[in-house]
Amino acid sequence: MRRARQGDDEAYRRLLGHVSLWLRAVVRRGLTAAGRGPADSEDVVQEALLAMHLKRDTWDETQPIEPWLRAIARYKLVDHLRRRGFHDHLDIDDHAEQVAVAVDADAAVDSAALLAGLPERQRRIVEEISLKGRRAAEVAVRLGMSEGAVRVALHRALKALAAAYRRDQS
Amino acid sequence: MKTDNLIDALVADRATPAKPLRWALAAALLAGGLVSLALFLASLGMRADIEPALGTWRFELKVGLVLLALGLAFSLCIALSRPVAPAHPGRRLLPLAALAVLAVAVELLAIPSASWASRLVGSNALVCLIAIPALAIVPLAAVLAMLRSGAPASPALAGGAAGLLAAAAAAALYAFHCFDDSPLFVVTWYALAALPVVALGAAAGHRLLRW
Repeated sequence: MRRARQGDDEAYRRLLGHVSLWLRAVVRRGLTAAGRGPADSEDVVQEALLAMHLKRDTWDETQPIEPWLRAIARYKLVDHLRRRGFHDHLDIDDHAEQVAVAVDADAAVDSAALLAGLPERQRRIVEEISLKGRRAAEVAVRLGMSEGAVRVALHRALKALAAAYRRDQS
Repeated sequence: MKTDNLIDALVADRATPAKPLRWALAAALLAGGLVSLALFLASLGMRADIEPALGTWRFELKVGLVLLALGLAFSLCIALSRPVAPAHPGRRLLPLAALAVLAVAVELLAIPSASWASRLVGSNALVCLIAIPALAIVPLAAVLAMLRSGAPASPALAGGAAGLLAAAAAAALYAFHCFDDSPLFVVTWYALAALPVVALGAAAGHRLLRW
């Protein structure tokens, strides 16, 4: 994270990769403990990753990073369960059914839908960069914007995505 | 969307979030405080006997209490704005409680027990209960807006700390209007006036500081 803060993209990518693996395990365990299947676990993983990215300034460099990561994972997991009306759905059969439905896929169910709800230009930019793997500079040329404008729009899009997760009550 | 795709988007976003929260929060408090200062000068105004009051120990103790509350509430706000909750946030206010107890003890020893009640009731209690919350509104809004860039483990607690900070800022202004300098008055009524601000901050924080 320190190196990522200094602008080392590869270090940041590696960090997020490791964290996502760890998160997936933590979230699945948490959902199972709450009597929910892992069907929406990847959405929680993505929501937590997004929060870790957008709120990375709240990590105090003088402190170890693990408690900070764990605290965000816990907050997002609890928030997710609360939104899904955790207390109303503690039902074993329901649980079993969901386990049967959910298989591997590290693709999240909701993020695509939430992404589709973003303003056209923001959605295009996120898709170009994430799904097609293009660099901000290339996207800027394709969309006829400056690279700075693409980066600003990307940042806004990520914040909007995080807000959409918070509103999502489905 | 796959998680690896999301990571690509996160890595591409190099927007460097602004200055440290500490400075942003101080700036917000100052901006909100200036509005309240204008409000203070336009409505209440400075007390007439400010010059003789400045030299008295009671006035200095009053200002000391208020400034200590301001400083502790500020550090509490910062501590509560992070995902990792501090173990005992309430303990950060212990120095304030200690100074308040000490101030009351000194006052009880300094004046005869017959005048305790009149010092406690003072003559501005109602003004105090109205002025401090009124002067705290704008700073509270400014502080809450700034805390939205944080990620508090408990949004309600962080909002409550924001309320305490705003109330302390308001009390720092009000202290220059009110001529009830007795620690008995200050500890009682200032604290009671801060309560609704803390409650409002907690309720607003619960809604606004989710992340």
